[in-house]
Amino acid sequence: MASTTEAATGRQGTEARPRARWTRNISAKIAAIPMIATALVVFVGGTIWTVVYSFTDSKLLPRLRWVGFDQYERLWSQNRWLISIENLMFYGVMSLVFTVTMGFILAVLMDQKIRFEDTFRTIMLYPFALSFIVTGLVWQWILNPQFGIQGVVRDMGWTSFSFDPLNNPQTVLYGLLIAGLWQGTGFVMCLMLAGLRGIDEDIWKAARVDGIPTWKTYVMVIIPMMRPVFITTLVIVASGIIRLYDLVVAMTSGGPGGNASQVPAMYVYDYMFQAQNLGQGFAASTMMLLSVLIVLIPWAYLEFGGKKHG
Amino acid sequence: MADLSMSSAMTGPRGARPKRALSPRNIMLYGILIVVCLYYLLPLWVMVMTSLKGMPEVRMGNIFAPPVEITFQPWVKAWAEACTGLNCDGLSRGFWNSVIITVPSVILSIAIASVNGYALINWKFKGSDIFFTILIFGSFIPYQIMLYPIVILLREMGLYGSLWGLVLVHSVFGMPILTLLFRNYFSSIPEELFKAARVDGAGFWGIYFRIMLPMSLPIFVVALILQVTGIWNDFLFGVVYTKPAYYPMTVQLNNIVNSVQGVKEYNVNMAATLLTGLVPLVVYFVSGKLFVRGIAAGAVKG
Repeated sequence: MASTTEAATGRQGTEARPRARWTRNISAKIAAIPMIATALVVFVGGTIWTVVYSFTDSKLLPRLRWVGFDQYERLWSQNRWLISIENLMFYGVMSLVFTVTMGFILAVLMDQKIRFEDTFRTIMLYPFALSFIVTGLVWQWILNPQFGIQGVVRDMGWTSFSFDPLNNPQTVLYGLLIAGLWQGTGFVMCLMLAGLRGIDEDIWKAARVDGIPTWKTYVMVIIPMMRPVFITTLVIVASGIIRLYDLVVAMTSGGPGGNASQVPAMYVYDYMFQAQNLGQGFAASTMMLLSVLIVLIPWAYLEFGGKKHG
Repeated sequence: MADLSMSSAMTGPRGARPKRALSPRNIMLYGILIVVCLYYLLPLWVMVMTSLKGMPEVRMGNIFAPPVEITFQPWVKAWAEACTGLNCDGLSRGFWNSVIITVPSVILSIAIASVNGYALINWKFKGSDIFFTILIFGSFIPYQIMLYPIVILLREMGLYGSLWGLVLVHSVFGMPILTLLFRNYFSSIPEELFKAARVDGAGFWGIYFRIMLPMSLPIFVVALILQVTGIWNDFLFGVVYTKPAYYPMTVQLNNIVNSVQGVKEYNVNMAATLLTGLVPLVVYFVSGKLFVRGIAAGAVKG
């Protein structure tokens, strides 16, 4: 990377006549305008704008009448928001634990020099190509109490069988998890498999020579060696979970019972575009940003900390 | 950066194949994999089977059983007659909306991102890396925080509620991952080529169109796959930035299936769901390993 930088400055030096600084490399600067605008106006500007307006009493339209932390106090006293946070934490932890462990175990199985590896991978990954809406609607149908799994088992004679996660506030999150795991585990498996394939064959030879059992090699050697893969996977999966929205809309619309499966992204959308209470929406989305930063900053530190950036 | 090289994953396992095919270990291994695959295939099976049954059979029968009498009526109804609100022209409306949203979004986002990646590698200027870093970190920020400021921006530009507004939004949010993809790919093209072209007098655009573009067709295909599936599957932006008349297929599908009024026609719902999933599924099955490469390159190299 450093050599590219030097070369680039060298290239600029090849200009025939010295020109004003800003006109140097002018085509590249013009070509980069969309990127600069996106980075500065949308990403930085948009984020700052929302954070600033979360301290106002904006209702139908944004306006700058300061109310301090009122919106946040209201937010954290709303039952619906508290449920949303609780749901997201539960779903997030469960989803992370299951996708990563299942993804890793599947990747290990796939790495056993098996036949039909491509077929297995194709099957495990295809849900990832589907949208959350499609995923949610299919599983809503399979989990339908009357015609789905519950209905089929009851028809076979076991009439007291009960499996209706989506209509019970206690279990609705498990229903979402079944669908979410179906959609995302194949992807994690692919990342893990790539990680496993990136490990030097000599490590395995050495372990075999030393007579270390395979499972022990995985636990003691391979997993520690794959630390960067695990961290990157966790960050990607976690930042996806915080955005969780479409799946809930398709499967439960936040119900049953009004708000048993509410999530923060839904709260934001409803307050901004349905309830016309912009201030609440801004405060809620600022909290979402905070939760991402809690994940992101330690990761950025681990990834880029120490060595010079770039 | 995570050091995952996809190319080594693509070459497959190394070493000799195991000798005995039917050892207890192999039975266990393949047994588990087959059971897992059944779990993955189950929803696709149920979708197809339900969509081919008539409503009486859906009510009477088992959702896992194949249809006794195959009918394509649910498909016809889902495509041309299903109702959302007052419109009863079926999912075809959403399909064409999605097409006219996806095509320009894909072209625009790839055009912008490939030029960006090229400028970032070969034409660095002061601050270019800072903007790139902001862009990458921006891709992790929840969209929700930028939803409303973008509404204002689009309204100022007179694009709020229009198809072009949504195209612009998709191009903006596709930029981080695509720029990363192209930047990483272009950095692997030998620098001597660039230097030689410079000596021969080629400029910024000349080198881009005559050298970079023809040399990186594979990565353009990867970007294409990534964007087509990503934009087709979008729901949130479609709801927020367009009017009901322009709703993309995913939004319309959700409105059809989750509407409260009327008798639920599960077979039509499943046909509609399958229709919506068909485009990304076809892209996935046709592209094969490139799809894996696309998502891994996009996701992992951050």
